[in-house]
Parts: sequence; C-alpha cells; structure tokens
Amino acid sequence: MIRLSLALVFAALLAACSPAPTAGTDSPAGNVRSGYTFLTAETQAMQDDSFANPGFLWVDRGAALFEARLNHAPSCASCHTTGLAGIAATYPAIDEASGDLLNLEGRINQCRVRHQNLPALDFESDDLLALTAFIANQSAGMPVSVSTDGAAAPHYRNGRDYFFTRRGQFNLSCHQCHDKNAGKRLRGDTISQGHGNGFPAYRLEWQTLGSLQRRIRDCDSGVRAEPKAFGDPTYIDLELYLSSRASGLDVESPAIRR
Amino acid sequence: MASIRLSVPKTAMKGEIIELKALIQHPMESGYRRGSRGEQIPRNIITRFECLYDGEVVFSADFHPAIAADPFLTFYTRAVGSGTLAFRWTDQHGEMWSDSATLTVT
Repeated sequence: MIRLSLALVFAALLAACSPAPTAGTDSPAGNVRSGYTFLTAETQAMQDDSFANPGFLWVDRGAALFEARLNHAPSCASCHTTGLAGIAATYPAIDEASGDLLNLEGRINQCRVRHQNLPALDFESDDLLALTAFIANQSAGMPVSVSTDGAAAPHYRNGRDYFFTRRGQFNLSCHQCHDKNAGKRLRGDTISQGHGNGFPAYRLEWQTLGSLQRRIRDCDSGVRAEPKAFGDPTYIDLELYLSSRASGLDVESPAIRR
Repeated sequence: MASIRLSVPKTAMKGEIIELKALIQHPMESGYRRGSRGEQIPRNIITRFECLYDGEVVFSADFHPAIAADPFLTFYTRAVGSGTLAFRWTDQHGEMWSDSATLTVT
C-alpha cells in the first residue's frame, strides 16, 4: 500500500514536472527547422520542381481515386465537394464518433468503411499512399497545427513518452538524436530534427513514396529496437507528438527526403 | 498501372527548340538486391524509351539496371510542325506504356 501511494506521488510529481500539452511548446531548442533545410541543394531542387518530384505521381493517382466511383459507392469527391485544404495540417486528430485518435491514413480508411462501404486499404499500398499524398498536398504551405488537449491529451502524453524513452540494443531515444544532436553527422547523413511535415514523402533511400510510420519504423530498427506494426496506436500517438513538435512548419507533402 | 507525367509545351514557334519532360512510375529493380530473407529480388526494369514526333523517333534511350526508380528524362527537340508527341516505355518483358501530347506550331 505504501509502495502504491509512493508510486502515485511519484507519478504526480512527474506530471507536475512535464510541460502542459499545448501546441507549439515542443520545438527542439526553440529553432524549428524542416527536414528540407537539412537536404542538399540538388535534393531541394528536386522537391521544389513539382514536375521532377516523383511524389506527384502519387498525388495524380490520388486525385483520380478521389473522383472514382467503385462498386456503386459514392466517390470521395461527392461528399468532399470543396476539397480538403488545410485538413492534413490538423492530423492526427480525434474522431468524434469513436473517440479514437486517427492519422490521415486511418481517417481515409475509416471513411471508406463507414461511408463508402469499401474495404480498408492496406498500409503502404500505392492507393492509400496516393490518397494520403493527394489530401496532404492540398495543405501544402499551411502550418502544422494539431490539437493536443481534451480527448487528445492522453495520446499526446503517450506519444511524448515514446519519444523520450530509450529503446533497442543501442538504447537510444528519439530525443537523443533529433533534439540533442540534430545538425550533427550520423554516418553519411546529417541528423534532422525529425519532423513529419513532409510525409508521405518520397525517400531516395526507399526509391518510392512512404508514410511517416514507415519512417518511424526505420528509426526504430535503426536503433535495433523491434518496430511496431503499421497502424499501432502508439505510433499514431507518436505522430501526434511529432506534429505538435513541428507546429508552425509548413506542410510539404509530398516532400523529397534522403 | 503505371502513372505517367508529361511536360510538353502547348504551342511553339516554328524552328523553336522545345523542352520535353517525361516521368513514369516504375520500381526499376536492379536484380542485384536481396530481400529480408536473403533471396535475390528479380530484375525488373524498363529497357527502352522512345519519343515519337508525328511517328518519327526524335529521342530514344536504353535503360540499364543502374537507373533509379521512377525514371525522369528531360530532353529537347525542334518544333517543325503541329503534331503529336508520343512517349513510349518498354520493359524487359515487352510490356509497353505510352502517353501522348499535342503540340501546335505557329
């Protein structure tokens, strides 16, 4: 019993020490820099030229899918008649109906199941990436701004905990690379601040477009921790923390990353 | 399904040099990589690209395993008359993808 109450006091102290979960308070060392600023001039040029940027292959495909009617289901465009500008900048967000935290991919799949009577798309499938990129691209140039209070607060705390927890054989947390050592070199690369504002992004290493969760899985396996499955709730919570940390950065999707 | 993006000017002056750009979605798997179980990933590449200006080949390229995924080409031709610019990619199995654009020369 004493041990339990001690644990409670400790938990209360921890809660008191950690900053209140409000948007914009999590910038690493105050100076928030998009992953774009860590790229070489050549890679930046590739992103800037909306024709040379291969991510737009998926945006085009997403635009076609958005208009398409499948199995007599209403198309996305038949409900979302005015487009979805600015929406991606506010994700992950709480779904009012279920109370769950959803990232953009989750929201697209939920819309398919709930309103279109279609099966959910597989994670990292070209169709889901295409729809995500098409919707995210409509928010390009708008600042990332997620809600981290109310029902989102516990998700935010869980995501922040994941970010600060050491893991894997290398015993590293996200924080140690992306807050404390951003800008320094790690093997052949410059460590970025680890923002997700360009995702889904075309990564040169992948030679294809991929989601933020795919990137996070790469980081987890990079420190030799076991990556979680795509769509794992903890990863969505982490996405929320990352978005809060990237508050104010412009959405760049589909960005080019190394 | 392959997605293709083309950039062709709508109009040009006779004799003008025009810039053409073509991007196609393709994995361009080199055949040298191995999967997570150590098995060799079979080669799967586009081997030939051609651009036809009213049926005449004005630019062509042979692709080899070192070309990156989603190959992107920029090249130039002289506008000689109004017509169709057809872009054609053929992979190692003979499968072909194509798209075209119309150019009006004044």
